[in-house]
Amino acid sequence: MSEAAAASITPTRDMLRDAGLMAVVVFGLSFSLVGFKIEDVPGGLAILTRFDGVFFATALAFLGRIGVIMLREQRALPIAITALPTAVIILLLQLFAGDLDPERTYPFRSTVVNWSLFSVTLAMSLRAIWLTWHHGGAARSRDAREKAMDLVGAKVQDAARFIGPALLGFALILPFLPFADRRLLDIGILVLTYIMLGWGLNIVVGLAGLLDLGYVAFYAVGAYSYALLAQYFDLGFFLALPLAGILAAFAGILLGFPVLRLRGDYLAIVTLGFGEIIRIILLNWYTFTGGPDGISGIPRPTFFGLELSKRASDGGDTFHTFFGLTYSPIDRIIFLFYLILAMAMLTNLFTLRIRKLPIGRAWEALREDEIACRSLGMNPRNTKLTAFSIGAMFGGFGGSFFATRQGFISPESFTFIESAVILAIVVLGGMGSQLGVVFAAILLIGLPEFFRELQQYRMLAFGLAMVMIMVWRPSGLLAHREPTLRLHPPPGKGSVK
Amino acid sequence: MNAVMHDTGTQALLTVEHLTMQFGGLIAINDVSFEANPREITAIIGPNGAGKTTLFNCLTGFYKPTVGRLALHHPQRGRFLLERMEGYDIPAHAGVARTFQNIRLFPEMSVLENLILAQHNKLMRASGFTFAGLLGLPMYRDAEKKAIDLARYWLDHINLTERADWNAGNLPYGDQRRLEIARAMCTEPVLLCLDEPAAGLNPKESSELNQLLTYIRDEHGIGLLLIEHDMSVVMGISDHIVVLDYGRMISSGTPEFIRNDPAVISAYLGEEESDDDTDIPSGGV
Repeated sequence: MSEAAAASITPTRDMLRDAGLMAVVVFGLSFSLVGFKIEDVPGGLAILTRFDGVFFATALAFLGRIGVIMLREQRALPIAITALPTAVIILLLQLFAGDLDPERTYPFRSTVVNWSLFSVTLAMSLRAIWLTWHHGGAARSRDAREKAMDLVGAKVQDAARFIGPALLGFALILPFLPFADRRLLDIGILVLTYIMLGWGLNIVVGLAGLLDLGYVAFYAVGAYSYALLAQYFDLGFFLALPLAGILAAFAGILLGFPVLRLRGDYLAIVTLGFGEIIRIILLNWYTFTGGPDGISGIPRPTFFGLELSKRASDGGDTFHTFFGLTYSPIDRIIFLFYLILAMAMLTNLFTLRIRKLPIGRAWEALREDEIACRSLGMNPRNTKLTAFSIGAMFGGFGGSFFATRQGFISPESFTFIESAVILAIVVLGGMGSQLGVVFAAILLIGLPEFFRELQQYRMLAFGLAMVMIMVWRPSGLLAHREPTLRLHPPPGKGSVK
Repeated sequence: MNAVMHDTGTQALLTVEHLTMQFGGLIAINDVSFEANPREITAIIGPNGAGKTTLFNCLTGFYKPTVGRLALHHPQRGRFLLERMEGYDIPAHAGVARTFQNIRLFPEMSVLENLILAQHNKLMRASGFTFAGLLGLPMYRDAEKKAIDLARYWLDHINLTERADWNAGNLPYGDQRRLEIARAMCTEPVLLCLDEPAAGLNPKESSELNQLLTYIRDEHGIGLLLIEHDMSVVMGISDHIVVLDYGRMISSGTPEFIRNDPAVISAYLGEEESDDDTDIPSGGV
């Protein structure tokens, strides 16, 4: 019956060929990657084979491809009939087949793979059922989907007034929720650190449009500033924090001067080089920075002078004795969580505020058209340098926090991949979008931490997620810009286009 | 000539003397001298490649002239030598604003934001270089309100008040042209340089443009410098015309004079054998 409805239907032969090709590719890839595994056995290494995995992967690719083609052409009923039972079988096997062989999970060896497969098949069957239900509803073209996604972006931006505070409220009560164990809080701290760095870099990349591939340099300057200030001058965290920020801002100006005349690719290359220069200096200036040994024993932050440790150092007092509480090691984690939450919120409020000031608007104008800026009497040099230095300052704050949280830093923590991840957060979130950075950071930092089980495939999944977002949303998850000031109140919810 | 620079009264707004701009072996502008007066529209015409846009780029600091002097007499702030100033200081201090042949708005920012950005320096000072603005002091709020009032004044004159919150890039072409002129006017200039403002406009938009330009000249008393190919605009509103060809000034005068000048006619319609063709060293092209 669906045959009659859809105008263009791929002949079965073509469909099988397409799916077969897909299966061959998957077979080729999975044969060596999944098929063999080297394992440590008593008396040496052994090569284990996992051909069942190869078989299932190939078969799933074949069937999945057919399913996708048929779904695209509205032939939903067969998919609904097959995908739903598949999802149910996977679910049942994952949940109850453990009794068969306690050594492994079914149908696949990894719970993550099982759950992912389950959600994909479930999504497919739901889509198929929906299509069968609304029979004849035309499939949306790519263009229409883009428009719809833009509308979603605008709606989310509208809803940001609620989503933002809701997320903040959730973050505020998170440490006291029953499921908040140490691991979750650690991930939360990590995510918040990256959110803060993302917001800082957003000033440079999102607002001013200066592609900075060496942001980690300022992170490093901040971290080492605090570590060295603590080591040489015995400064506490809160005293060293502003100094570290100023030093990082100074580094930002230092980077800014030589790149004033550069744009786009050229700017990106120089900033990348700058990031490496800082790292290599830290690595080689052994007498000052400790080189590859790093700096250890960096003091922990105190709560208004109260230490969050079991025993106080000489002349100090601890948090739990002062308030008459029993000592719990998680107190320190909770304190760090709130500290980075406060620092991140400060970054956010600052950015939101400065965007509505002349300097913030000038940054955005610089991103749009530098020549027009000059013709209006703006000083592009000062505008760029302030963007670099303020962005760098927040990088420096983030670095100081990193140093005090880890207690140990070495140049290894400040490699190019860090810059790339922070930039990915900004770009995926949608340039200039504050809320987008939050979602992207949760997606890129939080989820991989949860998926540690995937081991080496984690980075593969990371890359895949990035590619998928870029295919679906080339301008980022939430790319919708609100004017910084309006002449008329916003017209309803839809706004202009 | 320099001796009378401090004379009052019929002082020229802009005095261009012996301007020469050379790019390597190419002489784009060759010893051009003319004056532009306040309350007058001075048109610069000439065939493609005559050096008109190069002249604008020299005036607004995008190029440094090889030889020559560009003196601007600002009625309040005195005399500026434009050839010695940084590009972005010329609009900020000397009060020279310009538009571009290929429109250069900030397309992803709203119409209102475009006009507010033109008042950047004023607002920057009012925001205490951001510090007072961050604290939300009333000083900055007032300045911002005034800036919006000025923007609204120009929005009313270009009929864009309704669409003030649109992205500038979403406006129709003709509106973008007018917005760019309004944005230049928001810098409160004494000399407005327009690079082909009528390019791509239909006859109705073109006549609206004429009205806008004469309004600016008559009501704001500033000088306008106009590069234009559309002769209906040039002949209709110019008070004075300067004709360039191959970087040289071949004629200068009132529209009637230019219309009948044989040198101009030959430059536009091709050479008529003979006359002063030979003394041009054909440096360009």
